[in-house]
Parts: sequence; structure tokens; C-alpha cells
Amino acid sequence: MKSLKSRNGLLCLAGLVLALLIPQIIDNNFYIDVLTLVLFSAFLGQSWNILGGYAGQFSFGGVVFFGTGAYASSILFRSFGIDPWIGIFGAIAAGAAMGAFIGFISFRYGLKGSYFALITLAFAEFFRIIANSVEFTGGGVGIFIDYNPSLTQLQFDNPAGYYYLALLMTVISLLIAWWLERSRFGASLVAIRENEEAAEALGVNAFRCKMYAICIAGAMGGAAGTFYTQKFLYLDPPIAYGIGTSVEMLLVTIVGGLGTIFGPLVGAFVLHSINEVARHYLEAPGLSMIVYGLILIGIVGFLPNGLIGLFRRRQKKMAGGDDA
Amino acid sequence: MTKKPTKSTISRRSFVAGTTAGAAVLATTSIGFPRMARAEDTVKIGLIHPVTGFLAFPGAQLRYGSELAIADINAAGGVKSMGGAKLEALLGDSQTKPQIGAAEVEKMHEAGVHAFSGCYQSAVGIAASAAAAKYNIPFSIDVGVSDTLVTRGLENVFRMMDGYGRIAKDAATNLGLINKAAGSPAKTVVIVHEESLFGTGTAKLMGDYLPEQGLEVVEVIKHANPTRNFDNIALRIKSMNPDIVMPINYPGEYVLLARTLRQQRVDFAASYSVLGGGFNFKFVQEMTDLAENMIDVNHWYDPNSAFGQELRRRVEADGKFFTMEIYTAYNSIRLLHDAFERAATTAPEAVNAALASSTMDPLFMPYGPTRMVNGQNMGSRAVAIQAQNGDVQLISPTEFASAEAVFPRPKV
Amino acid sequence: MLDEFMLLGMMPAAVVNGLMFGAIYALVALGLTLIYGVLHIINFAHGALLMLAMYAAFYLFRHFGIDPYFAIVFVVPASFVLGYALYRWGIGKLAHGKDENILLVTLGLAIVIENAAIFFFTADQQTITLSYSYDTVDLGFVFLSLPKVISFFASLFICLLLWLLISKTDLGRAIRAVAKERQGARLVGIDVEHIFAATYGIGIACLGAAGCLLLPSFYVDPFTGNIFVLVAFTIVVLGGMGSIVGALVGGFIIGVTESVGGLILGESLGQIGISLIFILILVLRPTGLFGAKS
Repeated sequence: MKSLKSRNGLLCLAGLVLALLIPQIIDNNFYIDVLTLVLFSAFLGQSWNILGGYAGQFSFGGVVFFGTGAYASSILFRSFGIDPWIGIFGAIAAGAAMGAFIGFISFRYGLKGSYFALITLAFAEFFRIIANSVEFTGGGVGIFIDYNPSLTQLQFDNPAGYYYLALLMTVISLLIAWWLERSRFGASLVAIRENEEAAEALGVNAFRCKMYAICIAGAMGGAAGTFYTQKFLYLDPPIAYGIGTSVEMLLVTIVGGLGTIFGPLVGAFVLHSINEVARHYLEAPGLSMIVYGLILIGIVGFLPNGLIGLFRRRQKKMAGGDDA
Repeated sequence: MTKKPTKSTISRRSFVAGTTAGAAVLATTSIGFPRMARAEDTVKIGLIHPVTGFLAFPGAQLRYGSELAIADINAAGGVKSMGGAKLEALLGDSQTKPQIGAAEVEKMHEAGVHAFSGCYQSAVGIAASAAAAKYNIPFSIDVGVSDTLVTRGLENVFRMMDGYGRIAKDAATNLGLINKAAGSPAKTVVIVHEESLFGTGTAKLMGDYLPEQGLEVVEVIKHANPTRNFDNIALRIKSMNPDIVMPINYPGEYVLLARTLRQQRVDFAASYSVLGGGFNFKFVQEMTDLAENMIDVNHWYDPNSAFGQELRRRVEADGKFFTMEIYTAYNSIRLLHDAFERAATTAPEAVNAALASSTMDPLFMPYGPTRMVNGQNMGSRAVAIQAQNGDVQLISPTEFASAEAVFPRPKV
Repeated sequence: MLDEFMLLGMMPAAVVNGLMFGAIYALVALGLTLIYGVLHIINFAHGALLMLAMYAAFYLFRHFGIDPYFAIVFVVPASFVLGYALYRWGIGKLAHGKDENILLVTLGLAIVIENAAIFFFTADQQTITLSYSYDTVDLGFVFLSLPKVISFFASLFICLLLWLLISKTDLGRAIRAVAKERQGARLVGIDVEHIFAATYGIGIACLGAAGCLLLPSFYVDPFTGNIFVLVAFTIVVLGGMGSIVGALVGGFIIGVTESVGGLILGESLGQIGISLIFILILVLRPTGLFGAKS
């Protein structure tokens, strides 16, 4: 078993080195850009995974943290002249605060399962309407970010810059998940997921653990918001709080593997690849997305434990364990 | 349109296995671009439009108009200064998302694109043209209302049509002219606008411009996208009893509002919309009664131009509606072609310079040659059009008019 | 600007308008609540299937001149069969009984249906005009459009039919038994998979009816269905997941909230009333107004 562990460590290291070298190896900005989107999705997915995968609290409104962070750093820059490389910490704080707010209201009243999922959806919609109606968010007109490539703006004049930023964020998110799997806190989250009453009977403070989890998820979502606005330079309420991003977050995570370190990354990679390949070969409007949807259904149907489940089975076999 | 063989034969199992085995790079790079290796005798134009997602209809119209222009230009000999090089469309789909639109720019850049045309949504246009700016590749905005598109100082971005800033001005001026010609019967306006950048921004400007024309804005009503029910808005309008109702919104809401106003027996001198999403030949032909005498201000073709009439006939013979997206897309491609013709090269700096000094005749549009100032064509102009007897007539300014304005409209 | 007195004067009209649309909302929510109550799944394909029903009504009208209200006779059975088949040979088989997988399968289904609609029907927005589209019923203080009035009563009637089906028939008894106690129902010889599929079918049949009733007062494009889904979720939660009466009452409450909220706060910010009710009911009474305590 020990050799297997060190082997996995080596694999991760090799993966990281490969990831760092990719902009040198691949002389194709399109692939770098798509890989950046993959990493961005994976990062957002990990934010969802901590709450949904490890703690078992599914949300349909994961975007609410993203949007809050995006507005936070954009407004900090626009109204107070604070550069985004500092503003991103403001976004992280705002995302975490939003997590604490929603978490307190939801968990305080004991919302679980689909009830929790729906209240997060309602909050995302609530804040979309608010963002649309108040002045300091720019209302429906939105916020334009000046195109001004420099490190302090977290803007780059080549795709590799964004790629490395996204890579850094994704590595941090993987480390958070890795730490979670090893820590007492992570074990408590999993215990809550499996059976909250039993976990509490064993002395786990479920409310506190879930609050921590949603704050971590919120902080990560907030950081993603800054990344997005600095790359795409425009923010309005449907972008900030639209359901599309919420769906993408849960999609990459569940397809990849719920409650696993690499699930969101694998899910994001595979789903983005399918989307790009299908789009490349099928240009008639709608056709590529039909194929995408069918493949999605197929993955769920044939790999009920996500793509990571495929690895797991193989690894267990290699380790001589039972294929449960 | 060049149809490529649809090679969807990558089986799920082999694809999934291949990628998850960690052969990440291999899997993606092996997809490759079959068109990349083509010879240099084509000029590649990247079309980025939302052909899937909730804007798929205007997206498809833009793609169609662009391809039509490319086919026409090629049939007429391509880029003559470059030895008759043909234009080639690279088809892109933004899926309504800025990040996908920007990724399409990178993809097409790798495929050797020489210019872009797109993107309908301002948010996508902003992200995509900034991505193209890294390579200085010319980017012609076919539709995109936000003026931020051309005020960012990007030297590769050009817009043939107006943004909402100048359209609002044109709308107010034309309304003033029409009203004066009829003896100024209208005094009051209620603006009904959608909640995003387009509606909010335009409505705000109209609030400034209309008083200059002697018209008072008595109420500004903002509505959500989508709005399911316009009954209340109709009631509000009825209670204000304005002379003019001014919708500034998207197609679905535009039609629902018009229907509800009719059901609620709201009486007014004119419905006068600005870039009314729903005002087009489809609306006028399918709901002739309802549409009758409604007025819109939009980029509209010159109904007196022979070329415009011929283009309309061809588009309609193809089973499509001759909407404004088709004119803007068609001229956006012509603008690029004209620049390539004069630059006689695909080098971005030369093409951008040619675009900046463009003096192209817009052929079938009711205004004179192109005049670029910081990437914005100051020569273009929006006109007032009106539904009359199941067709659309240009009513103002009078030098291009194909019919007289019916204003105020007769009582229903 | 409007003063408060005028607003007050419009209030009765706003309430009546809200009730009219609320009945259709209820019908959309009815399918959702039934599926949730029995199968405990959140059906992400709901909007897409509603859109499909609207297209069915649209093409029946365009090609055969069939009035959308009469089209119910064809669309409802077809929707039932489609729903039954989708669940029996699709969702049920592929989901392996996991909630998260059901979510993804219905999501995937929605993506496929919406894009198939773009591919086959194009994304062009479609509306229909009937000979009585602009006829109204004059209540003295408000004009009600005739199509909306017809839809209102038809919705009520369909709710009643569904209630009778669930409470008075053998199938209804079996559905209730499965909803309450899956294992027990299986033990007494009920074919649970068949009941699941039948429930899903009935839920989609409700959508079929809703699609026909909506078409005359709305438009259809490949994404129309989603416009009604968030509202339907709110109604399901408000009324209590699984409750038919709850869906109807919830539909009325949400319809009126939207209408009155729009009148007071404007039609943009006014939408916030729905989200607020959604949040408050989840926090204060998650079982909804008519839901059974879980």
C-alpha cells in the first residue's frame, strides 16, 4: 500500500510538472485557452465539491459566491482604485461572507437535501435581481473592466498568463481537497454526508462543520469571480448570478466524481473536450449540443460513480483489493 | 457553405478511455484542424455568433447574412488585389458565453484567421475583440449596441453600424420630425424598456433627447427578461394615457407587450420603438393587424435601392426573413473585404489601417460612405420604419422615405 | 408619475390578472410536484418538456388548423406516453437510483431536447393568432383576455381531474402507496417501476396541457419552457412537495405576488417577491403550506 501511495505522489508531481510545461510544449494558444477554461471550471467545481461532494450539501446556486466575488473586486477597483491582485482577497472575503450568510440561514433552520439545493437557487436569483436594481453594481448596464494587461490587474497579453493563474488556483484547490481528505475536519464532513444524526452522536458539531465548508466554498467561488472579470472584462447580473454557472459547477463535479480530489478536474477536462470536439465536427446549430447531452447521459448511465470511479476500480484491482 | 464530413465516430469508450488515461495533450492535439494546411490563397474570416442558446435566432441570421456576403464576394472574383483570393468562413459559436466567444478567437487564430466578424451580444464582443487585440487581428462588429466596444482604444475593432448612443439620438430626431410634420399632436411618452445594458442604456439617453424634441417622458417602466405577463404594464400605460408608447426590448417581450396593449384597449398615437427586437418582416407578415402602423427605429435597408430589393428577394426565396441582422452581417463582411482589397495583403496592421480609412459605399443602406472615427463608422444612421399593409416602409428621414408616415395612427 | 391613489385603484385588476396566470403556473407546478412527491427527484427536464408540448400545439395549429385548446386531446396522451417511456426506459434505467445521477440524466435530457428543437424547429420565436386572440371579458374594472380566461378555467378543471385520478382511482391509490412506502408497496405486489413511470407520465401530461393552454397567450422558442420553471419550483415548495391542492393554491399566491409586486416595485425589481417567498417558506416552513410533515 505504501508503495502505491508514493507512486500516486510521484504521478501527481509528474502531472504538475507537465502542466507547468504545457505552454512551452504546446505552441497553440487555442489549446492553452481551452485548458485555462478547463482549469477555471475545475476550480469552480472544487468549490462546489467541498460543499456538495464532501459535506453532501448539494447546491443549485453555487454561482452566488462567484458573482459576489466578481462584483467585490470589480467594485473595489472601480470605486476605490484597489488593484485586482489585492482585490481578489476582497473577493475571497466577500465570497466567504456570502457563504456564512447563506449557510447561517440555511443550516440554522436545518435545511437539507433538495431543500438546501433550492434555497441556494433562490438566493442566487435574489441577488441577481438585487444586483440589477441597485446603483453600485452598475445595475443592468453592468461593469466594464478596462483592458490593461499587467500583473497587478491580473490581466495578461498572452493566454499563457491566464493559464498559469488558473493553474495556480487549481493547484491550491486540489491542495485544499487533499488536506480535507486527511484532516479530522474532512472526516467530519464525510460523516455528516453519510448520516448527520450519527455524526452528531459521535460528537461532530454538524452546524459548525457545515458553516466552515460553505465558507471555504464561498471563498473559492469569490476568487473565481475575480479571475473571470479580469479575463473577460465585463460583468452584469445574468453573468454574475445566472444559473448556467451553477449547473456547470455541479456538472463537472458529478461527472468527474463526487467527493474526490480530482473529480472536478477530470470532469471539467472531459466535458470541455467533448464540447470542443463536437463543435468542431458538427457546425449545424444545435447538433453539437445534442451529441454533448447524449454523451453526458451516457457517462452517467455507464459510469454511475463518475469518471474517477473508473480509476478507482482499476487501482483497487491492481492493489489486490475487492472490487466493491 | 462548405459542409465537412461529420466525423462523430469517436466512440464514447475509446474517447473516454483515451483521455482519462492521462493522454490529455495527445487527445486534444490529435483533433487538429484539417483546414489549417490550406494554401495562402484564401482570406479566412472568423464568424462568431450565438447560434446555440437563447439567442440562436439572431445568431443564425447573422451567420446566414455573413455567408451570403462571402458567397457573393467570391462569385464576383474574391479579393482581386490578391490575385482573386477567395474569402473563407470559419464558423464559430459563442453559445452566448463570453468565455466561449474568446476561446473561438484563439481557435480561429490557430487556424490562421485574418479577420473576425461578430458577436451580437456586447459582453461577448468585448471579450472576443480584446482576445483578438493580442494579435491585432481586425475585428468588425456586425451587431453590438454597447459603445464600450469602440471606446476602449483597441486599434483592431471597427463597427459599421451604430451603437445605442447614436441610435437614441436618431430615434429622438426622427420622432421629432414625424411629430412636427403632423402638426405636433404628440406631447407625452411612456418608455418601456428591458433591464439589461441595451434597454437601460438606451432608455436613459432617450430621457435626455426627447425633451429636446418637445416631448415629455411621463413614465419609464423597466421590466425583467423574460417578463411573463404584461397586463400590469398595460394598465399603468393606460392610466398615464401617453401619446407615444416607446418599447425598447427583445423580441418575445416586444410582441407580448404589443398584444397586451391591444387586449387592454390602450389607445395612443403611436408605438415607437427603438431597436425593437420584435419588429421585422416576420412580425409584420404574421401579425399584420397588430403590427399595422407600429413604428421602429433601426438599422434598416433602403427600400428604394435596387440592390436591397434584389437581396431581399433572394433571402426570402431561401425561406428566410430579411431581418436587420442580415444587413449588418452582410455589410460587416463587405467592410472587411473592401479593406483587404485596398490593403492587398492580410497583414493585420495594413488591414486595420485600411479599415480606419474606409470609405465604402454601404450599397443598400440609407446613408453615405463609411467614415471611421476611432473605429466607429460616423456615416451610418438609423431610420424610422413603419408597418403598413403587411409590409415595412421607411418613413423618416424623408429623403429615403418609401412611404409617408401614418401618424397619429387611426383609432382602432 | 403614478401616485399611490392610482396604484390602489389598479390593485383589484392586478390581483385578478395574477390569479389568471397563477392557474397556468399551477398546472406547470402540478407535474413537478407530483414527480417530486412520488419519485423524490427534481426534474431538470421540466422546462424542455413544456417547450416540446408548446411546439406540439403550435404545429398542430399551423399544419392542421387545430385550436390549441382542442389540441389538448392529442397532446396530453402523447405527453403521457413520452413521459412514461422516458422514465421506464431512460431515466429510471440510467440513474442507478442515485439522486445526483437522476439530476444529471434529466439535465442531459434537457440539453438534448432544447438543442434538438433548435436543430429541427430553428430558434425562431413563434406565436399564434386565433380569431379570438384579442377578445376580452369585461369585468368592469379590468379587461381579461379571452384566451387567459379559457386557460384559467381549463387549468382548474385539469387540477380537479388530477385530484380525482390520484384520490379515487386504483392507479391513484397505487401511486399514493408508492409515494408513502416504496418497499411496502413492492411487498403487496405493486409494480413499483410501472408506477414510477406512470407518475412521471402523468406529470408530463400535465405539462402537455399547460403547453396547450400557454401557447395562445405566449410565444414559443426552444428555451421558453425555462421561463416557467423557477416559478414552478417556488410553487412546489410553497404548496408543499407532492401536494396537488398546494400546487393550485401556491400557483395563485405566486401569480398574485408577481402581479402585485410588479405593480408596486416595478416589473424588474418586482420579481424579487417570488425569490423572497421562496426563501422565507424554505426557512420557516419547508414542508410548505399543504405538505405532510416529513
